[in-house]
Amino acid sequence: MSKNIKLMQGNEACIEAALMVGMRFYAGYPITPSTELAELSAEKLPYYGGKFIQMEDEIAGIAAAIGGSLAGLKSMTATSGPGFSLKQENIGYAMIAEVPLVIVNVQRGGPSTGLPTSPAQGDIMQAKWGTHGDHPVIALSPESVPETFELTIRAFNLAEKYRTPVMLLTDEIVGHMREKIEIPAIEEIEIFNRLKPIEGKEYLPYKIEEGDIVPRMASYGEGYRYHVTGLFHDETGFPSNSSENAELMLNHLMSKVEDNLDDIITYEEYMIEDAEFLIVAYGSTSRTARSAVKILRQEGIKVGMFRPITIWPSPEKRLREISKNIKNILVAEMNLGQYVYEIQRIVKSNSEVYHIGRANGEVLMPSEIVTKVKEVL
Amino acid sequence: MSSTLISNYFREANLPHIWCPGCSNGIVTRALVKAIDELGLDKNKVTVVSGIGCSSRAPGYLDFNTLHTTHGRALAFATGLKLANPDLEVIVITGDGDVSAIGGNHLIHAARRNINITTIVFNNNIYGMTGGQYSPTTPTHALGTTAPHGNIDKPFDITQLAAAAGATYAARTTSYHVNQLIKYIKKGIENKGFSLIEAASICPTYYGRKNKSGSAVKMMEFLRDNYIDIKAYDKLPDDKKIGKETMGEFKEITLPEYTDEYLRLIENLKGAEK
Amino acid sequence: MNSHVEIRLSGSGGQGLLLAGVILAEAAIFDNKNAIQSQSYGPEARGGASKAEVIISDEQIDFPKVISPDLVLALTQIASDKYSKTVNQQGILIVDDSIELDGNYNYGRVIKVPIIKTAAEKVGRSIVANIVAVGLIAELTQMISRENIEKAVLSRVPKGTEDLNRKALMEGYLLAQSVL
Repeated sequence: MSKNIKLMQGNEACIEAALMVGMRFYAGYPITPSTELAELSAEKLPYYGGKFIQMEDEIAGIAAAIGGSLAGLKSMTATSGPGFSLKQENIGYAMIAEVPLVIVNVQRGGPSTGLPTSPAQGDIMQAKWGTHGDHPVIALSPESVPETFELTIRAFNLAEKYRTPVMLLTDEIVGHMREKIEIPAIEEIEIFNRLKPIEGKEYLPYKIEEGDIVPRMASYGEGYRYHVTGLFHDETGFPSNSSENAELMLNHLMSKVEDNLDDIITYEEYMIEDAEFLIVAYGSTSRTARSAVKILRQEGIKVGMFRPITIWPSPEKRLREISKNIKNILVAEMNLGQYVYEIQRIVKSNSEVYHIGRANGEVLMPSEIVTKVKEVL
Repeated sequence: MSSTLISNYFREANLPHIWCPGCSNGIVTRALVKAIDELGLDKNKVTVVSGIGCSSRAPGYLDFNTLHTTHGRALAFATGLKLANPDLEVIVITGDGDVSAIGGNHLIHAARRNINITTIVFNNNIYGMTGGQYSPTTPTHALGTTAPHGNIDKPFDITQLAAAAGATYAARTTSYHVNQLIKYIKKGIENKGFSLIEAASICPTYYGRKNKSGSAVKMMEFLRDNYIDIKAYDKLPDDKKIGKETMGEFKEITLPEYTDEYLRLIENLKGAEK
Repeated sequence: MNSHVEIRLSGSGGQGLLLAGVILAEAAIFDNKNAIQSQSYGPEARGGASKAEVIISDEQIDFPKVISPDLVLALTQIASDKYSKTVNQQGILIVDDSIELDGNYNYGRVIKVPIIKTAAEKVGRSIVANIVAVGLIAELTQMISRENIEKAVLSRVPKGTEDLNRKALMEGYLLAQSVL
C-alpha cells in the first residue's frame, strides 16, 4: 500500500485524527485561530453520521459537548484564549462528573482579546489552575503537524481511559502552518473506548469495579437511569456533602491520574547525554530551541533540550533526575514566565533556572536563545 | 393515585426532598411526573436536565436519566444530549434566575433552533437557594435581600420571551392550577420542537416573608385569584387589568425541528464522497 | 540551489499567494522533500500587503518561520517596498515588471518580468498570476520536478480550471527561460 503523505495544517490534522479515533460530536463557538477545527468538523462529521453544532457561546459549546459525551459519543470542543477562560467552569464540571471530553486550545496572545491572530503560550497555567478547586489536569502540547495528529488520538484515548477532560494545547503556529504528515491506516491506530457497565451486574454509576481505574460509564438512554451532578457525590451518583465522602472522591480524582503517570506522561530528550546546559521548551517553541541546540553544538557548547509533550502532569520525575547533572536550565516559552515556575519547583536547588520568553505575538528566534545561553555561560 | 406515581417515578431512597414547607416545587414536579405517566413515556428514554437552584434539585428525586449541571447551562447540556441522541425525551427543569438571568442566552437560542426539548420553568420570582435575592422576574418595587429598598428592575415575561425567540409551544399557568399545568406539560412534550411551560410558583420562605405575602396558603390563593387566561385578560378594561397576571397558551405552531433537520442533512449526504 | 531554501511570496490579498505557497510546499513533499508553509494572518482578508512563506529542505525543518529568504517574490509595489529588501545577498528577488525598485539596496539577483501581464494577456486571466509565478519560481530554482509541480497545481486549483492553470504554469516556465 502506498503511503498516505499529505501537506496539512495543524488544525486539519487534528480533525483528521479526531475522526479516525471516533470523535462523533463537536460543539463549539468560532474563535481565531481555532476556527478551522469547527469548520472542518461541520463539513465532515455528517458523512460519519456524527453531529456538529455551533452553539451560542463558548460556555454552551463545552456544555453541549459534555452532553454529547454523556449520550455516548466521543466529543470535543475547541477554542482559544478568551474562550478557554469562559469554558473553565464546565471544565471543572467534566472533571468532577468524570465525563470524557477533548478540549483543544489553539493559543493566541492575551490577556483579553489580546492578539487574536498571533501565537502565544500564555494559557499554560490557566490549563492547570483555571477552574476552581483541586483537580488533576491532563494537557498535551504538540510541536508539529504530525504530532498534532498523534496527540489528538492520545487525547481522546486518555479522556476515555481516565474519564476526564483532556486538553490539547497547541498554538497559532502549529495550528496554522502546513507541514508534511503521513496519515496512518486506521488499523495502525490504537483506539481506546470507555468501559461500559458489566451486563447483568448491578450498576452503581460511580463505583469502581475491581481492576478498573475509573467507574464504568453507561450512556444516557441505555436503561441505567442514573444521576450525574457537579456536586460531590458518592458511588450512587447522588449528592453527598459529608467530608469523608468528599475526601474519598477527591482522592479518587487525583489518584486516577497521579497513580498512572507512566502511562500518561511523554517527553522528548534531545542531545542530553553529555549536556551540561539544558533548554526546556514545549509546543512550537521547542522547534526554535532545537534549532538553537544545533547551532550551539556546532560551536562546541554542550547543550541539550528537554521537551515535555505532556505539559500536565509535568514530567517531574525524569526532569529532576536529569537536573542532577545540569548546572543551568533555560526555559523558553512564548509568555513572560509560566512553565518556568513548574521547572523551578521540580529541579529545586539542582540547577539554576533561567527564562527567555515574550508575549508580543512574535516567536522566539533561534539566535535569541543562542545569545541567552551564551550570556548565562 | 400519587402513591403509584411515587413508587413508579421517584427515587424513594432520596426522599424527603430538601424544599421548604409550603414551597410549590413539589407540586410542579408531581405535575411533570403525572404528565409523563399519562403520556406513557419510556422511563429509559426520559432525560431530565437541570441547572442550579431550588427547582434544579428536582431531577435527583426522579427515576429517569438525570443530569444536574452548572448554573444557567441546563439547556446547553440538554442541546448536546438531544442532538447526540435524538431518541432521548429531553426535559429541562429550571428556575427563573437559572433560565432568564445566567442562562438567558441559552434559552433564546434553544428556542430559536426549535430543538425538541421541553423546558419547565419553576418561576418563584426570587433566588431561593442563595437566600432571597431579586431575580429577573421579581416585580418592580418588590423586596429582596439585594433589593432592600425595593426592586427598580423591570421583570421579564419568560413565556413571551421564549415565544418571541422561536419556541413553537409556550404556555404559562400556576402551581395552583395543577390540572392545567399537567395538560400544558403534556402538550409541550408532545410538541415536536422547543416548548416552554412556565409554572408561576411560590416561595413562602424568602419571597413571601420579605414581601409580607402571608402564609403559603395565602400565596396560593393569590395565584388562584390573580392569574387570568390571556383571552379573558385581553377583553378586560384597562383599569381591571391592574394587578392581574396572564396565563394560557401563548404560542402553538409547527415548524421544522432541529435534530430532524440534522438527520435529514446526514441522510442527504449518504453515498456522497467524504 | 541549497538544500534548505526559504521563500517569501508577497503581493496583495486576493492574488492567491497563499495558494502558490501551498502548491510549492506540496510539490516539494511529492518530491520527497520536507516543506513548511505558513502565512501571516491579519483581520483583513483582502487588500494590503500580504505574504506567504515556504521553507523547502532536504533536512528536517526545525524553526518553522522564514528567517533570511533565499527567494522573494513581489507582485505589487506596496509588497515590494515592504519585502524586497528582505532577500538575502545570495538570493533571488523576483518582481513584476510594474514595480519600481529603490536602487539603494542590495537585492541579490533581481529578476524583473511581466508576471501579471503574462497572466492577463497570454493566459487570458490575471487571476492566474500566482500560478505563472509558481512556474517561474520552480523553473528558476530547479528545486522541484515539473511533474510534481503540475500534480500539486492540479490537486489544489478549482475543478474546471485545470487547463487554464496548466497554461499559466507553462507560461511561467517560459518566463524563466527568457531570463536564464
